[in-house]
Amino acid sequence: MSKDTAFNRVLQARSKDKISIKALIDGITDDFIELHGDRAYGDDPAVYAGIGSMNDKPVTIVGIRKGDDDQTDAEVHFGSAEPDGYRKALRLMKQAEKFKRPIITLINTPGAYPDVEAEYHGQGYMISQLIMQGMQLKVPYIAVIVGEGGSGGALALAVGDCVWAFEESIYSILSPEGYATILWKDSSRAREAAEVMKLTPEDLIKQGIIDRIIPEIRNNDELKRFKADLFGKIEELSAMPTAEMLNQRFARYRNF
Amino acid sequence: MKKNKRQKLSSQELHKRMDKVPDVWVKCPFCGKTIYKKQLGKYLECPDCHYAFRIGAKQRIELLCDNFEPFNLELKANPKYQDPKYLAKLEKARETTGLNEGVLTGIGTINGHRTAIGVMDWRFIMGSLGTATGELLARLFERATQEKLPVIVFTASGGARMQEGIESLMQMAKVSEAVSEHSKAGLVYISYLCDPTTGGVTASFAMQGDLLLSEPHALIGFAGRRVIERTIQQIPPKDFQRAETLLHNGFLDAIVKRNEMKTTLSHILAIHEGGDKNE
Repeated sequence: MSKDTAFNRVLQARSKDKISIKALIDGITDDFIELHGDRAYGDDPAVYAGIGSMNDKPVTIVGIRKGDDDQTDAEVHFGSAEPDGYRKALRLMKQAEKFKRPIITLINTPGAYPDVEAEYHGQGYMISQLIMQGMQLKVPYIAVIVGEGGSGGALALAVGDCVWAFEESIYSILSPEGYATILWKDSSRAREAAEVMKLTPEDLIKQGIIDRIIPEIRNNDELKRFKADLFGKIEELSAMPTAEMLNQRFARYRNF
Repeated sequence: MKKNKRQKLSSQELHKRMDKVPDVWVKCPFCGKTIYKKQLGKYLECPDCHYAFRIGAKQRIELLCDNFEPFNLELKANPKYQDPKYLAKLEKARETTGLNEGVLTGIGTINGHRTAIGVMDWRFIMGSLGTATGELLARLFERATQEKLPVIVFTASGGARMQEGIESLMQMAKVSEAVSEHSKAGLVYISYLCDPTTGGVTASFAMQGDLLLSEPHALIGFAGRRVIERTIQQIPPKDFQRAETLLHNGFLDAIVKRNEMKTTLSHILAIHEGGDKNE
């Protein structure tokens, strides 16, 4: 199999060797504090979020993370957030706006958690609110697809001023397995589905779905470079008048 | 044997059959009662459980509006989509619905209340949200914002349109922004969730209304039953995504029988028109 097939990228995006959301956050902030809870009824560990400083500038970071082993994977449902996770995310993002803190989201999720309880607690409603209210936040908002960017569960945290994606990541309407099942009634055709779905960063940047491809991070130097890129973008957005920043953000999505 | 086979018709198959055959015995997809089609009346409701049978966009407008002026009827899927199977589906959907896309938008009058109205048509590739569908809805909200009109959107959709890939997903953001602008202008948006409303439509504009209404026993959810069963091997209870369950859990304002749709909407619109009195 050629190394550059789209399905190979799917496997890389799902790889256990990928840098974890926690390691990424620790690498880009000096003093990160995790904050918990949605103030309604729960705390979803799949959403890892809090505050910290980046070169002395306060930021709010919200990540959707996968587990490091079988036990943590079970706790975070393999990186699938529940409504309380999305509610926690929205709570902390609104708080970021209050304190004028830029927001960074780090996304590695196959999609929102599909189960009965999640439906009872308003999975669709919470995603709809994160999309609508998230887009309106009057602070710089940078979204980064780190591994898998699956469907509405990823879009919920990817409606900011720009969307970046790691080199070994995918962003798609649903998994290639799901796509093959729905359109061809055959999940074994996932490899073929990945090809037609245009889910690699190279395909996505051509369509304007993402704005920048981040070289995969494997060591400290690469992590420092990522931090510098993020900080540079935050400085650029912070220097803009808020109305102009928002108009540019709205236009980004209006053009799709 | 034959009888058993008929009982196994899915809700979708049953509705499709109803469209083709004018007078038949039909089975309520919710309560299972066998009804002579004429007994459903002009609102197409089950006389027993009040399940509101699925109807097309134009039929809904006829039941609701005193007059209706559609706009952007010419908008259709971008010609860059070339998959022959998709093109064939579009062709068939256009033929069935008499629409170029999955939503009919325009300005209508409901008992004298001038309102911007969008009606999704479930027969158009399962009411899926394509790029043109999103564009029609965004323009509906933009027009309503300009003209200071309330918006009512009747949703009926399986979610994102798979054939248009990630651009379909982006429609959720595009329409949401148009909803926000309308909301910031102090105008009311009534989202009317019809059977079925699922996936990316539930996770965007269907749930963004100031008021969320639904029809009896309408299926409303994000993840589909089969996805849940397959992904986490959980068998959901029978009614876990029905309107009554959502009302109980706090995600709907009211369930309205279809024969009361017009009066309920005019009532809500009238209260919102009185908003000036509080200024």
